[in-house]
Amino acid sequence: MEKREHLDLYFQMVTIRRLEERAAELYQEGKIGGFLHLYIGQEAVSTGVISARQPEDRIITAYRDHGVAINCGIPARVVMAELMGKATGCSKGKGGSMHMADVTKNYFGGHAIVGSHLPLASGLALGDLYQHNPRVTVCMFGDGATNIGFFHEAVNLSKVWNLPILWLCENNQYGMGTAVERASAVPEIPQKAEGYGIPNSRVDGMNIMEVREAALEIIKKIREGGGPYFLEAVTYRYRGHSMGDPERYRKPEEIHHWQENDPIGIYRRYLVDRQLASEEELNQKDIDAQTEIDEAVQFAESSPEPAPESLYQDVFVEP
Amino acid sequence: MPEMTLIEAIRQGMDEELERDKDVFIIGEDVGKRGGVFRATMGLFEKYGPQRVIDSPLAELGIVGTGIGAALYGMRPICEIQFADFIYPAFNQIVNEAAKMCYRSNGDWTVPMTIRAPYGGGIGGGLYHSQSVEASFTHIPGLKVVVPSNPRDAKGLLKSAVRDPNPVLYFEPKKGYRLIKGEVPEGEYTVPIGPAQVSRPGKDLSVFAYGMMHYYTLQAAEKVAAEGIDAEVVDLRTLYPVDRETILASVRKTGKALIVHEDNLTGGYGAEVAATIAEWGFQDLDAPVRRLAAPDVPGVPFSHPMQDWFMPNPDKIAAAIRDLASF
Ligand SMILES: Cc1ncc(C[n+]2csc(CCOP(=O)(O)OP(=O)(O)O)c2C)c(N)n1
Ligand SMILES: [Mg+2]
Repeated sequence: MEKREHLDLYFQMVTIRRLEERAAELYQEGKIGGFLHLYIGQEAVSTGVISARQPEDRIITAYRDHGVAINCGIPARVVMAELMGKATGCSKGKGGSMHMADVTKNYFGGHAIVGSHLPLASGLALGDLYQHNPRVTVCMFGDGATNIGFFHEAVNLSKVWNLPILWLCENNQYGMGTAVERASAVPEIPQKAEGYGIPNSRVDGMNIMEVREAALEIIKKIREGGGPYFLEAVTYRYRGHSMGDPERYRKPEEIHHWQENDPIGIYRRYLVDRQLASEEELNQKDIDAQTEIDEAVQFAESSPEPAPESLYQDVFVEP
Repeated sequence: MPEMTLIEAIRQGMDEELERDKDVFIIGEDVGKRGGVFRATMGLFEKYGPQRVIDSPLAELGIVGTGIGAALYGMRPICEIQFADFIYPAFNQIVNEAAKMCYRSNGDWTVPMTIRAPYGGGIGGGLYHSQSVEASFTHIPGLKVVVPSNPRDAKGLLKSAVRDPNPVLYFEPKKGYRLIKGEVPEGEYTVPIGPAQVSRPGKDLSVFAYGMMHYYTLQAAEKVAAEGIDAEVVDLRTLYPVDRETILASVRKTGKALIVHEDNLTGGYGAEVAATIAEWGFQDLDAPVRRLAAPDVPGVPFSHPMQDWFMPNPDKIAAAIRDLASF
């Protein structure tokens, strides 16, 4: 990997972190409403996996989707505008936090009904199989989502039809307030894929290089016709499930433990130790990310609200 | 009488039913330790334990399906669906299993189950955390559907739902959880499933509403009262079975009818009320029946102003009342 690429990935991770820290503040100030699920702590997963895709490969995820949006190339200002429900947001204010998407970037969006997007991933992949397009669909979802029927139907048929999908489970240890072992019959989530005969493995989701390397290899295999693959990324969300989560289900020590393995810190050390980047260069990226987010907030705040007629638009397209 | 919020009344209703009957239990996502996302079950896990306040995996079909099975066994499950929007994975279980069981078994098998679900917009929840889903269920014979609009009814209807030998869908206006306050009688009481209630007698026109929209309609009625329009407000409370008598009696009295709901217009519950009035109250009408509902768009948008344009509110209801009154 070239230095430029490393610096870019580092920049993406820091941008996500700064964006979400700012979003949390704006939420407290009442400038962002509704529900806000932060990705803080999990940045290495989507940054690593998405760096391993080709631009024509498709990404689809759940509602914890701001980071994925940044990684897919949606500008921070457009994400911020959507968070504030502005006309300049990626769904023109209709979607908000949970429904970032940009099909031109092959990002098929955040989805708020847990698990509901997994069969959609199967369909996207079926399209590629049908048309002999050597593309891969990457479907991201949480540990909790593996307990709902959508998951089992979609994963089963992906194997039956040999669909080109990477099932990427982000195991952040909890589905809302419920720990994995309290909700999943098998706490080893890859066993569920094993049950459907799907090759699977686990990766340290706090370590971007491990995620990326695993994903590169897997995506290559899938592209060559290897069929579906299940990757579990073991990770942790530092913040509550969404804003306002009283977090009675976990102890501060547990959070601190995971914070010592901060994915941004790990990547930074990796780059510095191997002399792939200097402290100064990384500090500059930190500053650039901060500037990017400051500008994003300004852009979003000064953007117009949606127009009244937009309420009625896009219900159908003309046949 | 003590005053409490809507959600406190719901919680108290569940608490008393858990206390009264050991076959009553709660099942849902994060209803235990966490006390539910809206805190509806707060404290119940501590009081009744994990056997009776059961945290379920993320699996709505499983929650409801298991509830149906336990109800067939003779238990009295209260299934919580975290947001009404998430009820659709369980739709099959409700429509094909719960609703038909009594009929197909000639009354041998019954499903004494309550499904609670917070519904409605106004909290910025956006497309998948704001829907009003009642019309999907009022169309299904074999299900009872109730929507309380105030704490007193919320508690009383909840108790009736739990004790009813049939499946009852109990939709809670989440926007009103802490906003709507009211007096709740001390001691044991129930509010029967079935009867609507005239919540504000009036003579110029009748407004039919339920849930959050009933709360807003009362506010709208006060606004127009200052302008000399005397609106009668009817809280439908139970949507299925429909209380035709109360609806028709009100129209007989006022000669004009407006129906308000925050579900979208086409095929919404207002259509059923309007048809009821057209079929059996036609000769009492002095004006066309009117409906005020959300527009026919696929969801409640996230943006704050768009949500406001989507939702009926006291001002929009007052405008609709003035318009009908002047017919
Ligand atoms: C069908 C459905 N049920 C319930 C919810 C409410 N809900 C939203 S996120 C969530 C937990 C999901 O956990 P997980 O899949 O592990 O994802 P994470 O939040 O940890 O990223 C729940 C229960 C929902 N959105 N959709
Ligand atoms: Mg999780």
